[in-house]
Amino acid sequence: MNWHTVYFLLFSLAACGFALAVAFSSNIVRMAFYLVLSLGATAGLFFLAGADFIGAMQLLIYVGGTLVLLVFGVMLTAQSPFISMRTHSGDWILAAVVGGSLFAVLAQAAVSVPQWHAGAASNDPSVMAAPTTTAVGEGLLGVRVDALSKAGAAQQAGVLSGYLLPFEIVSVHLLVVLIGAAYLARAKRRRVMREVEG
Amino acid sequence: MNLFAEPIGVTHYLVVGAVLFVCGAVCMATKRNALGVLMGIELVLNGANLNFIAFGSRILHADGQASIGLDGQLIAVFVIVLAAAEAAVALAITLNFYNNHSTVDVDRADELKG
Amino acid sequence: MADFFIHHWGWWPWLSDLLAGFIQCNLLLLVPFIGAMFFVWVERKVSARIQDRLGPTRTGGKFGWLQLLADGLKLITKEDLMPGGTDRLLFKLAPYVSFVFSYAALMALPFADGWVALPMNVGVFFIIAVLGLEVFGVILAGYASASKWSLFGAMREAAQVVSYEVPLGLCIVTPCLIAGSLDLVAIAQQQQGWLTNWFIFHDPFTFIIFWVYFTCATASVNRAPFDLAEAESELVAGFHTEYSGFRWLAFYMAEYGSMFTVAGLGAILFFGGWNGPIPITHMLGWAYKPGATDFHTLGYIANLLGCLNFIGKCILGVTVMIWVRWTLPRLRIDQVMKTCLKYCTPIAAVMFVGAAVWQYEFPGGLWLKQTLPSGEVREGAFADHGGENSGQWSVVSGQLLAVREQEGTGIRSQKANNPATNRGQMTP
Repeated sequence: MNWHTVYFLLFSLAACGFALAVAFSSNIVRMAFYLVLSLGATAGLFFLAGADFIGAMQLLIYVGGTLVLLVFGVMLTAQSPFISMRTHSGDWILAAVVGGSLFAVLAQAAVSVPQWHAGAASNDPSVMAAPTTTAVGEGLLGVRVDALSKAGAAQQAGVLSGYLLPFEIVSVHLLVVLIGAAYLARAKRRRVMREVEG
Repeated sequence: MNLFAEPIGVTHYLVVGAVLFVCGAVCMATKRNALGVLMGIELVLNGANLNFIAFGSRILHADGQASIGLDGQLIAVFVIVLAAAEAAVALAITLNFYNNHSTVDVDRADELKG
Repeated sequence: MADFFIHHWGWWPWLSDLLAGFIQCNLLLLVPFIGAMFFVWVERKVSARIQDRLGPTRTGGKFGWLQLLADGLKLITKEDLMPGGTDRLLFKLAPYVSFVFSYAALMALPFADGWVALPMNVGVFFIIAVLGLEVFGVILAGYASASKWSLFGAMREAAQVVSYEVPLGLCIVTPCLIAGSLDLVAIAQQQQGWLTNWFIFHDPFTFIIFWVYFTCATASVNRAPFDLAEAESELVAGFHTEYSGFRWLAFYMAEYGSMFTVAGLGAILFFGGWNGPIPITHMLGWAYKPGATDFHTLGYIANLLGCLNFIGKCILGVTVMIWVRWTLPRLRIDQVMKTCLKYCTPIAAVMFVGAAVWQYEFPGGLWLKQTLPSGEVREGAFADHGGENSGQWSVVSGQLLAVREQEGTGIRSQKANNPATNRGQMTP
């Protein structure tokens, strides 16, 4: 029971607890707030798994960008009839049954593979301190510095190539999506409900 | 459960990822507010991201050799970026719907005519 | 510190870890607490002098330094008001959310060589991320106050902070590009030596980028001239209109903590961090050699001097922000957005490209030769290049060199820490 376990339990309780709060809360603004905390705790879990670049990226882009956008959307539509909308009990029971069975299947699959159990490397300081930022950056540029031991440049290009093309595609994708979203959400005159005439 | 006794491994992360995924799925299924459904989508994507990071982490594996190595983190990068793009479009659609129908209740979005 | 508790006093490891962490957290908490009080006093004195008056002169003698204590006591003893139709949980939580994120950014800021609460190799990235998260406290406060003015102020402030993250990111990435690392300790270590090693004097593009950084940093902590969202004459007090007493104090400490953080970040990225203009501790031989891990008293004193140097630079940065606040008029919200989108972002982008090209051509910056603490030698713009090896330099990851050599692109590498293999033109 070392500090890694303690912090993992802390962050995972926060992440799971706030995710459950998002699912069971009925106030949309509080749901947004709990989601921020849950995703922040998930970023902490990323740091604990050694992926500190991804953890910082989660905080910057996901929590600091996507969720800010979501909260703006909530604030723009938070008129009092829409803040708390209740669902029928029948829907809740069905969702609970399906969700429970899905969780049972996933958890059973997670604990059943013995190779996934032991994390003995968590006490090895050289593994804990090994930074992956440069390797991630190089990978996005197309150079897989973690696979240099594989023989032959041609084989390396075929089996473990870099991620340059997906990186470029996703950049153009973001540009296109954001232009489209900005156009779609442009300010228009709100259509007034008119009575049917004649 | 004996999961608490052993050092943190991939299993623990997969269970947490499963909880997030199921919460997100329940959220998507039960919320009447369109933004609530969007929050469910974010939770689902984060559950999947946790799985990728867990498989790509050298700390969580017994001998310091991850199952999928750096690919896990790189795929997580792309998931985060694509989730941001998808959230932007979903919010634009929701705002458009709100501007046209003065409501964000998804139960009222049952006509194909705009 | 934990090892000290374990070995000298024989405590349990978990207790000593906990106590060491607790003590260091409290030391770091002193920065926003005392910093806020000190900066309030500085602000009142500086603003008074700029406005041709004296400021507080009665409490605590001629300089009025006890005025801040009196203000703090008054704030703590104020009645705790809460407006009627608010969401009570969110109203109570909002100031602490802001304060927590402001404090979290301080955890990654190094105060001296190795004196950092959270040494991570993505320190810069983490600080940018956390500074952008403060906006949640603002939005929650604006929403939970159940007042239109608070909500408007909060949304404007959130939009401003989020918009200015783009040029701020570009400005911050430029010194990281020059240093080759996102680790704040490594970035400042590379500026060790004389004044000319500082990144602000590295090339003209970085010099200009510093001024853009200062503008964007002032905007992202919502200080004048960008403080439309909390201006008294505009929106009463913006998002913190309905807050009084200790809750308002939490927002205030968060704001001054953020000002200290961005000033500290600017000091590390551009002004050498804890390295002084004159490398006194290195000339005297007090400083730790790179890679030394055991404790020397003189090394500790050298680090302490560096820490004081760093805090002095931060105080200077915050004082300049205060000076700018009381000198320039406030910008309208459309002018704020225009500054961001039409001025700061294009200038930052062009300067970033310029700095990248300069770094490729002249890795040593403007000067003749720069010897880094790791032994690596880089050529400057005014050095005599000669030969085809100019402009090539070794990146942090030695594996990149191996890959480039394997791919046979014809770029020959300079090995770090091995001056024997440097080319002939390196010797003076």
